[in-house]
Formats: sequence, C-alpha cells, structure tokens
Amino acid sequence: MGRLFTVFHALGLLLVVFSIAYLLPVVTALIYGDFILVWDFLLTMLWTFSAGVLMWLVTRRYKGELSIRHGYLLVVAMWTAMPAFATIPLLMMIPNLSFTDAYFETMSGMTTTGATVLTGLDNLPPAINIWRHELNWMGGLGIIVLAVAVLPLLGIGGRQLFKAETPGPMKESALTPRIADTARNLWIVYVAITLACILSLKWAGMGWLDAVCHAFSAMGLGGFSTHDASIGYFDSPLIEFVLIVFMLFAVVNFASHFLAWRGRSLRVYLRDAEAVASVGLIVASCFGIALFLWWREVYPDFLTALRHASFNLVSIATDSGYASVDFGQWPIFAPMWMFFLACTVASSGSTGGGIKMIRTLVLFKQAGREFVKLLHPAVINPMKIGGHVVANNIVFAVLGFIFLYFMSIVTLTFALLISGMDFISAFTAILASVNNCGPGLGVVGPASNYSGLSDFQTWVCTIGMLVGRLEIFTVLILFTPRFWRR
Amino acid sequence: MERRSVKILILGAGQVGSTVAESLVSEANDITVVDSDGEKLRQLQDRLDLRTLTGNAAHPTVLEQAGIVDTDMLLAVTQSDEVNLVACKLAASLYNTPTRIARIRALDYLNREAVFSAENFCVDFSICPEQILTDYITKLIEFPEALQVLEFAEGKVSLVAVRAFEGGPLVGKPLSFLRSHMPQVEARVAAIFRQDRAIIPEGATLVQDGDEIFFIAASDNIRRVLKEMRRLDKPTKRVMIVGGGNIGRRLAKALERDYQVKLIEFNKKTCQKLAGELTNTLVLNGDGTDEKLMQQENVNEIDVFCALTNDDENNIMSALLAKQAGAEKVLALINRSAYVDLVQGGKIDIALSPAHVTIGSLLSYVRQGDVAAVHSLRRGAAEALELVVHGDGHSSRVVGRRIDEIDLPKGATIGALVRGSEVIMGHHDTVIEAEDHVIVFVVDKKMVKKVEKLFQVSIGFF
Repeated sequence: MGRLFTVFHALGLLLVVFSIAYLLPVVTALIYGDFILVWDFLLTMLWTFSAGVLMWLVTRRYKGELSIRHGYLLVVAMWTAMPAFATIPLLMMIPNLSFTDAYFETMSGMTTTGATVLTGLDNLPPAINIWRHELNWMGGLGIIVLAVAVLPLLGIGGRQLFKAETPGPMKESALTPRIADTARNLWIVYVAITLACILSLKWAGMGWLDAVCHAFSAMGLGGFSTHDASIGYFDSPLIEFVLIVFMLFAVVNFASHFLAWRGRSLRVYLRDAEAVASVGLIVASCFGIALFLWWREVYPDFLTALRHASFNLVSIATDSGYASVDFGQWPIFAPMWMFFLACTVASSGSTGGGIKMIRTLVLFKQAGREFVKLLHPAVINPMKIGGHVVANNIVFAVLGFIFLYFMSIVTLTFALLISGMDFISAFTAILASVNNCGPGLGVVGPASNYSGLSDFQTWVCTIGMLVGRLEIFTVLILFTPRFWRR
Repeated sequence: MERRSVKILILGAGQVGSTVAESLVSEANDITVVDSDGEKLRQLQDRLDLRTLTGNAAHPTVLEQAGIVDTDMLLAVTQSDEVNLVACKLAASLYNTPTRIARIRALDYLNREAVFSAENFCVDFSICPEQILTDYITKLIEFPEALQVLEFAEGKVSLVAVRAFEGGPLVGKPLSFLRSHMPQVEARVAAIFRQDRAIIPEGATLVQDGDEIFFIAASDNIRRVLKEMRRLDKPTKRVMIVGGGNIGRRLAKALERDYQVKLIEFNKKTCQKLAGELTNTLVLNGDGTDEKLMQQENVNEIDVFCALTNDDENNIMSALLAKQAGAEKVLALINRSAYVDLVQGGKIDIALSPAHVTIGSLLSYVRQGDVAAVHSLRRGAAEALELVVHGDGHSSRVVGRRIDEIDLPKGATIGALVRGSEVIMGHHDTVIEAEDHVIVFVVDKKMVKKVEKLFQVSIGFF
C-alpha cells in the first residue's frame, strides 16, 4: 500500500505542474477583458494547485523511487485525472454541459483526438477556446514528458515514465545522456516549430487568436478548431497549405527534428525510415485520392480535387481531424483509405496516434522474412529498419501490440453496436477515437460531431481515446491480475 | 662488398607473422619473432633459423628484450590492431626504430589517415592481408577466365594469368600474331608455362592448348586480350561463399552490390552479426560441407563458389562437393602449401594460398631498393616486381638503355613500364628513363636478387 502512496505523491506534484497551464487562458481572458472568466480560471487553478499540494503533503512520508509497475499506474492516473480537472472551466462556463460530455471534450483534447461534443464553437469565449487548444498542444508531446523536462522530478524514475508515455515500440535511443535533457530538447523543438506555425498562419490570413489556436491543434495533431465548420470556415488554400506543411512536420518523430536542428542537416530525415515511409505514403495517397475524386466527378477539375483531397487526407491520415469539406459525402473508398492511413502513418515519437509507421514497417518486414524463410530454411535474416537490426523481442512486442490494438477496436465497436449505432458510424467512431483522429463517418462525420451520442456511447469513445493515446499496453496492464500481485 | 644484415623484429607468430618470417629468413636478415603463445614460437624455431621471445608484444620490457633498440624494421602483425598500433608508437617514441609496419584490419582505423601519422601512432605502412585477399578474389570474380589478376602502378597495368584453350584465336598461332591481330591493343606476353616448365616467349613461340600464359596489359584492355586466349565464359552473376570470417565477410560486402551473394556460416552468432552488417547478401546458417544444404540453395546454378573458412580440409571438401554438384567454378582457400600443390589444377579451379597472395605487399616494404610492388606467382615459384628506376646513365646500369641492351638474367623479362600516367609496353627498343616504374617478370624466384641488384644505383651516385 505504501507504494501506492508513492504514486499519489508524484501525482500531486504533477498536478501542481499542470495547474500552471491555466495561466494561458487567464492571460487570454485578461486581454479580451473578460473578468468573470479570469476569476473562474484562477479559481480552477487554485483548486488544482491545492489538490496537488494536499496530495503531495499527505503522502510525503512515502516519497521514493517509483518501480516500473507504479510508473504505469502514475501515467494512467495522471491521464485520467488531468482531463477531470480540465473540465472545471468548461462546466462553469457552458450551460447545460454534462460531466460526461465535458470529460469527453477534455479527454479528446488531451489525447489530441480533436473530436468535439460542443456546437457553437464560434461563439465560445476566447479563453475557453484557447484552453481547449492548449490541451491539444500539451497532450501532443506528452504532459509527463514536459514535467520530466522542467522538473528534475524529485525521486521519480523519469525514464520509465517517459517510456510509458511516449508512443512507439523502441524508446531506448536516448538523444542525450540525461533523460531530462532529452525531454527538454524535445519540448524546445516543439515550442520552436509551434511558434513558426503561429507566425505562418497569421501571415496566411488568420487573426492572432485563430493562429495560436490552430497552431496548437496542428502541432499536437489534435484537430480542434475555433469554428464549427473547422478549416472550411476560412476557405483559403493558403491556410490549408500552411496547415498541411506543419501537420507533416508534426507527424515525423521529434527526435529527428532535434537531430536535424542540432546537426544543421536535412539528411537526418532521409535516414529516418519512418519519416520517409510516412511522408511518401501520404503524398502518393494525396495524388491517388485526387485522381479518384476527379474520375468519379466529385470535383469538376483536378486542381480542386487535389486541394480538397490533400488537406482532408493529410488531416485525417496524420490523426489531426480538421475538415475543410464534408468528406463523408465522397465515395466510401476515399474516406476509408484516409482512415486506413490514420491507423498507420504517424511516426513513433511524433504527436500522432494509431499503430505508428515503425510498427507497420516491422510487420511488413516480418512478412517478408517469413517468405524468405520458406524459400531458404537455413537463412538468418534479422529484421533491419533503416540499416539497424531490430531485435526479435521487439518484433514480438509489436505483434502483441497489433493483436491488442485490433481486439480493442473490435471490442469497442461491438460495444457501440450493442448500444444501437449503425455499423459505419460505430466502426469509424472507434477508429477515430483509438487513433486519436477526430471525425468519423455517418453520425459522427465531419458535417456533424459527437454531440448526438448517448452517455454510454460517449464513455466508450472516451475509453477508446485514452487506450489509443497510451498505446493500449500502458492502460490494459493495470487490468491484469499480475500487475497487482506482489 | 657485404651488406650489413638487416635486423627485423616481427611481432606475432600467426599465419602472417610466420609466413613473413619464412620468406625473410632466406634473404639473410636477423629475425626475432615475439608472440604470447610459446608453443607457436617453438614450432617456428624448429623450422627456421631465427630468435623467438614469448611475451606481450606491446610491453616495453618485452620489446627491449627482443632487441628493439638496434632494430632496423618493426613488423607488427599480431591479431590485434591495438597491440600493433601501440607497438609502433612505442618503437617510434622510445626506441627510434626507423621503419614501422603494422597490420591493421579495422576499416575504422584504415579510413583515417591521421591515426597513422607521425604525431599519433607513427605507422609508416599499414597492411591488411584480409583486404588484399578480398581484392584478389574480387578480381577473379570480375574476370572469371583468369587464374590470377595482379595490379601494378596503382591499377594502371595488370598482369593476368590465363590458361589457353582451344577456341581462342591465338591458340595454335605464334605470339607475333597477337600484335597483327589487335594492332590497337597494347599487350605483351611475359611468360608461358607449359607442363610446369617456363618457356621464354619469343615472336615465333606457338601458343598451345593448355598453356598457362602470363600477359601484361593496360587494365582496361584485360578482357579483349583474354578473348584471344580462350572463349569467354558468361559473366559471373551468382556467388556462394562458405565461411563468414574476416575474408568471407569482406568479400560478401565487396560483391553484394553487383552479384547475387549467398554466404554460408556455421556459427549462428556470427550469422546474426553478418546478417546485420550485410544488406543484400543472403546469410545461411549451416555447414559448408552439407550437400543437402547446398542442393537446397541450388549450388548447381552458382557461377563462382568460394570456400573461405579457416579449415583447409573443410575448404577442399566443400569446394569438391560444390564442383561435383555443378558449380561453374570453385575456389578454395588453403593455408598449407603442400595441399595447394596437391589440389590446384585438379577439380578445384583455383587454390588460393593466403600467404602467397598477401606476402608480396609486405615484402615490397621490406626489400631494399625501390620496389613498389611484389607479387608472387605460381604459388611462390615465380615473381613479378614493380621497380622504380633512379639515377642517370653513369650511376645506373638501366637508365638510358634500350631494353635489349640491359643485362637481364635469362628468365627475367621487362613487361611494361609506366612513365607518369602513360603505360608503355616493353619492346626490345624501348629506352628506359629515370623515375620509370618498370614491371619485371621473373620465372624463377632465385633470380630476384640479381634483378634487384641490376636496378640499384651504384655507390658512385651518392
């Protein structure tokens, strides 16, 4: 039991760190002169802060090093607690919002899903909107990574937490000798690219508030927007182009960005097998889908088709979830291909969700290995990705992950089917949730949102988002009897 | 005038060390060999007239005991790159040894010139026997018809050994036919061996089926000359290597880009490592003498089969098996010279003796005078030398003379010379100038001393 208190001790500390995040909406509210909101956010900040401090003080006798298993517990606890605290301003400001919907909204924000249950986004106070987008942005690279970066995290096994929160199967390659330095460098790169994105969006014609909000949600690959019509509201090819560029930035491993920046060389990207495969697949798909839409006469000319296909495909494939047109109306092949990409193209160590490109590559190469093995039974052909050998235990871990991933999707889809939803809506809603993508098709398509769901259905999607963001193992491990056995 | 005998210290009594010792002992040098394995040294001392010392070759006390203080030349050829480097450094810094040669395997060192510079490890020359052997085999695979391809003058000129076969335009004709048949291609036949006896080639000499012909040509012309001697085989596509040691690995790496390479290695751990390093090679775990595995991997479709393990018997056996199963051409690495003579020319197409292939480059550093390259031919019986000519008409017995005026011993021929970047074939009226690189072919190794002496500048020059 003492160990459990150690987890709460660390959780308290993390909540204190998290409370700092409320400063941004406070400042925004001050700028817009909305003093009621200033007060509300300050109050929420105080509550979160005090809850953290209280937790920390009560359990301070149990301060100590976290074991591997408690690292998982802490990460999951943090990822359920933070959205809960983040609901407070929403519940205070938006009338008739149930806790279920508010929790869905904040979970969707923190897991960078970008699905929303709110309508009338255009009329929300700026502070609330910036709060939603800030959740997107923080959740993107990982709040615990941030905590490890800014705090020496007194006595917490930083590396374990880092591994539990960062997506991808191979996390041993530290960029710098100290994990805190690694985390800090990743965040510096993240902040720098975000600033570039804000300026580019402003240049492309957005207002400051929209630019900041959309930069946050683009870099986090969240996909929240300040408008009900999402990016369709702007109807600007330039804005769409800027967002495409930055979404493609965000779908690449941030470690590669860091190495490229440190080495002042773009060759890093060519050596990153994941980045090459992801970007290559996305670009090829853009042209393919554009041709398809043109051929099916959805759009009269190829350039229009290319514009809409590119933006919506990049948005869905990178797990952002913006929409500029109602792609639910396209022939079913196009959106299904986009959702298929959403499952696979994000790189490990990026802000996207899904299986991750590295796992897809591992599976592809594994299949190739099996073929060679059938033809040459004596062959020794270790798996190699980007010239490096991938150990067999990682291949097995990936196979295990894929199984759990598909089982999660199947199970959650069945849960929605039980509740009476139609198949296309249920399946795409779960795909969008588990991949942290955003809109689905049908009831939850780009033209509508998740507000039509029943409470049960909303909770199923919420669970899907959490499971998807923490890459299944981290969450499900808590439900194995062995985890609780001494 | 008797030359002072040269004091040579050899570190390491492995394959390289003992072969070097063997070939240097006969040339009247004082040789000391150091190794940590006393047993190896005892065996060496039983055979050869030299001094041995047991101990760590990188330790100063051991080096001092071995007499490094008045040593003229240090040959650090132990198994370990690091020991060799340290020994060279110590020899230079503490004992002022004039010449230091190290055997270096790791490409990491070889790729960085600075490692060997006077400020760092003070290595005058580095040699890598595995690399020399790999280059040698690579050439053979590139020219499957040749028995041996040796390069001189930084690759500008090649000496090629080939067995003449019925079907080549030159077979059955006199040598002078070569010139009239291909006036635009410069090539010169340096020697012909018929039933293991050397024939001095003259214009009227008839080429017969089965002759082993050595010719010299500019490297770009090799294939055209080969075509005169025999029908060309189809170009090599598939290569199978047995043994993933230092040589097998290097060879696979050198070939995998241009050929389909299969590599068989017995040790599973080594296989894993190899498969990690190589990109296009198919690494197979198994025994090179396992005929089932060979059949499974279609050995009958293989163009060149290379048995390169450490074990002579295994190499011979797997090469024989491969030939039996239908491999086009088989090659076996054989350390014991008795086996080489036994096997060569039988079912195994090429028996490679690593010592003879690699010793040349080492010897070229060790020999007196200006020897730029030495290659052993016919398993050490004959030799080809690249000599740099110095002096003028007074001090040298070579400079300013036509080739037919030079007093070469019988059995030695001047094949070609390289002047700057120009390759000149050696005709009887070619005049030799100072700083030419002259390629001399010597049918009997015993004449090498005489040839070297001929090319040395007389004392009056200084």
